[in-house]
Amino acid sequence: MNILVAVSRVPDTTTKILVGSDGKFIDTNNVKFILNPYDEYALEEAIRLKEKNGGKVIAITVGPATAQDILRNALAVGADEAVHIKSEQNFDSFFVASQIAEYASKMKPDIIFMGKQSIDFDSLQVPSILSDILDLPLATIVTKLNYEGNMVKAEREIEGGKEVLSLQMPCIISAQKGLNEPRYPKLPDIMKAKKKPIEEIDAPNYENNIEIIGMELPSRSRLNKIVGDTDEDIKEIVRMLHEDAKIF
Amino acid sequence: MPLNRNLNEEQVMLRETVRKFAEEVIRPVAIELDETEHFSVELTKQMAELGLMGAFIPEEYGGTALDYVSYIIIVEELSRVDGSNAATVAAHNSLGVGPIYYFGNDEQKEKYLPQLASGKLWGFGLTEPNAGSDAGNTQTTAVEDGDYWILNGSKTFITNASTEITLGSTILAVTGERPDGRKEYSCFLVENGTPGYIAKPIHKKMMWRASNTSEIFLDNVRVHKSALLGKRGDGFKQMLKTLDYGRLSIASMGLGLAQGAFDYALNYAKQRKAFGEKISTFQATAFKFADIEVGLELARNYLYETCRMANEGVKITKEGAIAKLYCSELAHLASNHAVQILGGYGLIKEYEAERYYRDAKLLEIGEGTSEIQRLVIARQVGCFDE
Ligand SMILES: Cc1cc2nc3c(=O)[nH]c(=O)nc-3n(C[C@H](O)[C@H](O)[C@H](O)COP(=O)(O)OP(=O)(O)OC[C@H]3O[C@@H](n4cnc5c(N)ncnc54)[C@H](O)[C@@H]3O)c2cc1C
Repeated sequence: MNILVAVSRVPDTTTKILVGSDGKFIDTNNVKFILNPYDEYALEEAIRLKEKNGGKVIAITVGPATAQDILRNALAVGADEAVHIKSEQNFDSFFVASQIAEYASKMKPDIIFMGKQSIDFDSLQVPSILSDILDLPLATIVTKLNYEGNMVKAEREIEGGKEVLSLQMPCIISAQKGLNEPRYPKLPDIMKAKKKPIEEIDAPNYENNIEIIGMELPSRSRLNKIVGDTDEDIKEIVRMLHEDAKIF
Repeated sequence: MPLNRNLNEEQVMLRETVRKFAEEVIRPVAIELDETEHFSVELTKQMAELGLMGAFIPEEYGGTALDYVSYIIIVEELSRVDGSNAATVAAHNSLGVGPIYYFGNDEQKEKYLPQLASGKLWGFGLTEPNAGSDAGNTQTTAVEDGDYWILNGSKTFITNASTEITLGSTILAVTGERPDGRKEYSCFLVENGTPGYIAKPIHKKMMWRASNTSEIFLDNVRVHKSALLGKRGDGFKQMLKTLDYGRLSIASMGLGLAQGAFDYALNYAKQRKAFGEKISTFQATAFKFADIEVGLELARNYLYETCRMANEGVKITKEGAIAKLYCSELAHLASNHAVQILGGYGLIKEYEAERYYRDAKLLEIGEGTSEIQRLVIARQVGCFDE
């Protein structure tokens, strides 16, 4: 079985984010990057499937030269090979999906796993665009998987409940937290990851479909009101949260 | 200096993996294990599966084949979260596996190392009730009897020697007298379960409460001559060399503990308010963090450099002692500050500062007290030369 896992490199969740001087992108100085947490579930699922059925897991990322560390990470956890589509420019979801699609159309994987979203831009678009370009069935935000022959049964979260889909392979799965419990890479495997191959492909120059025109940190302004704890006060707090702060 | 400066990609990944494991798997149970003095077989198994127990021995024995810097990073990251479990790993590798790997013959290595890399433990029995710093006062004896040796005596404070997954311990014994009249020492590999050999846990410790510390009694214990480690008469030399390396892992425990206490206290100080301000902004608090940060930077750079010397095979008697002394005293200072910064909560067991404080104290005593480290350093610089 040929399995492709798309992974991305994102700022660590504990990193303090600052906007760069151009006001359009985060300041990447002193930012620690990690493998996107949702991709860990995707990777784990891919490795488990390979361990059960044999075959090969290939991890792919689209990103700058510095993104290679997450591919080593994927190799240490258990991917057999990695593909690095190199691009130093800022790009949008369509570009990422089209680059993965190009590789996938040659590799012809039986199944493609990816995280439901990258925690940097949170656009949740890559799985859907990829499914469209490759014309493959897609189940997003999946929390449980069962395999029967070339059919995949996927449970996914929906508002207030769950939905069960049946897909025919080849297909695409985007993983949600809870799909599995990702393993820790074993130390000997970390040492061996260096010896596994990473194929490097230069991405073409690309005109973004979407241009980021500005980026701002959430404002920290306060309402600066102090209220008591009577029922009336609580009603007032609810009103303020609703009407002034527009939280709900 | 950045934490991972001059480290290679694997070393960074090792650090991140062990840090994550320690935070996610060990931290949530550390308080409870400490409180109940519970040595966790389960956690030890998980650490073995990760590859932490055969850290620097070659793959042919099931080891991870790490260089010394990488090994020290593992211990540092475990100790950052929990002293007891770091102790299990550090003692096992440096004191348990080390002597067998460095001084054992092929047969001994093949017999023991694969098991010790995959979840069984081995102890290192040097200290006796009347021989701690003064190891020369060792009273345990081994007498030759045909193809066998008969051991009598006792050992105390031996880490990892009496768990349900312990295979045995290396025992230092007096095997005779040298031509110059001094005692002759040799080491023996003695398995748990050998008739006359009793190893049992010491309880009610102040620190490392979830680590196994044992006393050992040897009453006419017969071991085959194949259990002799290396050559007869090499025992003392083997012990000294083992301690040279062992000091690096205690140093690393000190560095990790100091970092853990620092991180814990800083996180607290940035949230706790007094007089309307975060307590981290009071100069008295801020300067404590500044002082510890200076120590952490110096300690880490010195220790890693000493490990690089060890990798190159350079003798590290002085440097190892300096690293051990400095890092363990830094751990003491950092954990003392951490308790102070937490105020009353620093004294409560639901918070972790007091565990760092207790665990730190061992580091100034085990594997050679701070006084003995100063003696070693002073001897190396020539104070006692004729
Ligand atoms: C939890 C724990 C785990 C341990 N694990 C092991 C283990 O796995 N294997 C093992 O063999 N041992 C182990 N030890 C023993 C440890 O190494 C000894 O406790 C240590 O070496 C000190 O020996 P001692 O306790 O006999 O103290 P002593 O040697 O009696 O020292 C008492 C005091 O006298 C001072 N002193 C002694 N001699 C001098 C001198 N010449 N000049 C100045 N001051 C001096 C010491 O510094 C100390 O302050 C462990 C101990 C503990 C507590």
